[in-house]
Amino acid sequence: MRFALPLALFIALGALFSFSLTRDASLIPSPLLDQPLPSFSLPSLADPEETVTEHALAGQPALLNIWGSWCAQCGTEHAFLMELARNGVPIVGLNWNDEQASARAWLERLGDPYVVTAVDVEGRVAIDLGVYGAPETFLVDGGGTIIYKYIGPLTPQVWRDEFMPRLAQLGPGGAGD
Amino acid sequence: MIRSLMRAVVVALLIGASASAVAIDTERAFEDDAMQARYQRLIAEVRCLTCQNQSIKDSNAPLARDLRAVVREQMKAGASDAEIYAFLQARYGDFALYKPPFSARTALLWLSPVVLIALGGFAIVRVVRRRANMDIGVDGA
Repeated sequence: MRFALPLALFIALGALFSFSLTRDASLIPSPLLDQPLPSFSLPSLADPEETVTEHALAGQPALLNIWGSWCAQCGTEHAFLMELARNGVPIVGLNWNDEQASARAWLERLGDPYVVTAVDVEGRVAIDLGVYGAPETFLVDGGGTIIYKYIGPLTPQVWRDEFMPRLAQLGPGGAGD
Repeated sequence: MIRSLMRAVVVALLIGASASAVAIDTERAFEDDAMQARYQRLIAEVRCLTCQNQSIKDSNAPLARDLRAVVREQMKAGASDAEIYAFLQARYGDFALYKPPFSARTALLWLSPVVLIALGGFAIVRVVRRRANMDIGVDGA
């Protein structure tokens, strides 16, 4: 009986800690979900004379993928991004913290899955998006609202489990299929 | 014995020296001493999101560098501390700040020390009382 309270506390703390161990502390929930995509105006990677804005994602659900040629995990997901692009999913690239020459070389070597890639020259758009690593992928609906953010390389499984249900909720014509 | 103690002291000193040698943001950002002090205080309060257990003051990660630039710019534009923190919070959440604001989500974080101290105090009072009673019992016997 004397030990009832300490024992209950011990069990409660144990439960809390074991639950916390299963969470990945490096995944920070974004406060930007259900918010409008921040506006931006950046040069295009293909043609620096051209300007890319947030409207590049407008009209239909689209992905905004943050990448850099220095980012090993971006290489991991690249083949799958190519597959998504082949299936008609519009992907806008945001090239972050990169040398433009090596970014172009990367796309030439591996293929270009992006409708267009904006170059975040000063890293400010990435900060507006709350980006803290690459790759990160935002799902944005046709009206420009951020629906979901995935941190880490996209895989077929992540696509099936996280993106497809959300795209289905956005309604017909949403999935780009 | 003494030799190993000396060795330990030397190692400790070396570790201390190496820690103080890592100053990242060495250039002065502001001419004004008060502004520079405020800048140093602000960047020590912001978490480097890519390295998580460092502040943006202590990290040379590209994101930390960019965030320091943002803090400098906003200070130059006359933003208050609260406005700068709010800017970061809107983008990275409470997690970006080493002192997250008090809210429903952070209530447990802020209140748990108070609750734990109260529980500990309660436990001490109970134990002390019981011991006091025990003494009386011994005396009486």
